[in-house]
Amino acid sequence: MAKILMKGNEAVAEAAIRSGCRLYFAYPITPQSELIEYMARMMPKVNGVFLQAESEVAAINMVYGAAGCGKRVMTSSSSPGISLKMEGISYLAGAQLPCVIINVQRGGPGLGDIQPAQGDYFQATKGGGHGDYRLIVMAPSSVQEFADMASQAFDLADKYLNPVMILADGMLGQMMEPVEFKTPKTDAEIADMWLQHKSWCIQPNEDGDKKHHHEINSLEIDPVMLEKHVNKLYEKYAVIEKNELSFEKYNISDDNEILCVAWGTASRVVKSAINEVKAQGKSVGLIRPINVWPFPYEDLCKAIGPNVKKVYVFELNTGQMLDDVKIAVAGKVPVDFWGKVGGVVFTPAEIKEKLEQALKE
Amino acid sequence: MTTEIICAGFGGQGVLTIGKFIAKVGMTEGKNVSWLPSYGPEMRGGTANVSTVVSDEEIASPIVSFPDILVALNQPSIDKFAPSIRPGGILILNTTMCPHGCKRDDIVQIAAPLSDIANEIGNPMVLNMLAIGVIIGKTGLIKYESMEADLTSYMKAKNPELLELNLKAIKRGIEIGKS
Repeated sequence: MAKILMKGNEAVAEAAIRSGCRLYFAYPITPQSELIEYMARMMPKVNGVFLQAESEVAAINMVYGAAGCGKRVMTSSSSPGISLKMEGISYLAGAQLPCVIINVQRGGPGLGDIQPAQGDYFQATKGGGHGDYRLIVMAPSSVQEFADMASQAFDLADKYLNPVMILADGMLGQMMEPVEFKTPKTDAEIADMWLQHKSWCIQPNEDGDKKHHHEINSLEIDPVMLEKHVNKLYEKYAVIEKNELSFEKYNISDDNEILCVAWGTASRVVKSAINEVKAQGKSVGLIRPINVWPFPYEDLCKAIGPNVKKVYVFELNTGQMLDDVKIAVAGKVPVDFWGKVGGVVFTPAEIKEKLEQALKE
Repeated sequence: MTTEIICAGFGGQGVLTIGKFIAKVGMTEGKNVSWLPSYGPEMRGGTANVSTVVSDEEIASPIVSFPDILVALNQPSIDKFAPSIRPGGILILNTTMCPHGCKRDDIVQIAAPLSDIANEIGNPMVLNMLAIGVIIGKTGLIKYESMEADLTSYMKAKNPELLELNLKAIKRGIEIGKS
């Protein structure tokens, strides 16, 4: 299939539909509004359900209901709207329901602004909602990757019966790049995908035998039972931590004097700066976590070459992934951080300057 | 090779569309492209700009610090972006809306009353097509034939007169770019 020039917001929506998503509930918010608009346009054409809920809270609870029926379901929002969904996300994780949640981040805290930011890393990877739970969190850095992640996210959600979040930002949502889509899933394939959930999901009880009914619940009032349940969740998370690490190595070599770590949009800018200092004969590498939970602690530590004098973290926040990098580096070399906030995005020239300073140190 | 372009002007002058066509047509010619608009609380009459990158290699940052080409359709765009043009880079400026011009002598300046010429051609809205023509004429970044094919593919049936007007504007732009 030929490449199409498309905004990230539209590309991820199209990819979700092609992955078999037929249920989408959301409430509009900039900078992800093209996503909800695209769904409004396209869902009726595939006999899917598009519903603009009365609020983000309603939308995430509709996701809970639809996921409980074993169907591929998605919602999307931007930072303040994602905060509103957090209670529902905790319930989804507790009830082990598969679904995809997209956060096209904007500046915060509070209503903040509508420009790109990465301030929701903690919220996405360390909880956000209450209780001991984890989301699988994927962080795209291009429109193509954003689209590809939609199908990966649905597959992961189905595989682990867990909500998956795609953590993008306003720049990826608004930017256009060429994108190539996978062949859409057929109705038969979509029906097949549902069958894998038949053993637990809500469905018509055809034989009328009450023993055969399924319950979807996140309430377990007996502490001993809840302890068992939470431990079971943690066994699942341990498997995810082992199996689902994903990261990109960029210009990693034994010559590296600095090892950068950046994710999403920020990593694109860092790559440009690395190319520029490379032209001056300096070697700087980059590790880009593609999944930010689970985080590639060991692989990041292994990527620190013999000549690396500093690990340099660049984020569009005040240092959130920085904590995970420090855990990974474990004091092996110094870890430094530089970021921009409030929806201001750093430029390749600014990162280049930071790298040049650090190379001189 | 990588070419980084910033197009800027008043909202409504069609600056985002200049970048969009460069990116779209660049893509059909097999190049890597990115298109990053300024977005936000902007409206017709406000300022708008777009960063477009066309490259033979994988595009790292879609954010442009130092453009190779700046298309400035009004004076505020020159004031804001002209200082960052790479030495030896190109400034395409619309003298109708840029009374003070640009003082730099280490860049190539192509100055023409593009808004007036658009009106002469018959529609102020072809201003952006003129600018695309100038880019094609000066740099050959994309081919006229690819641009024509793209416009024809969806405009010919719907509005053949507008198609002709657009193609005329592009051709006129190419002449300006070459002179």
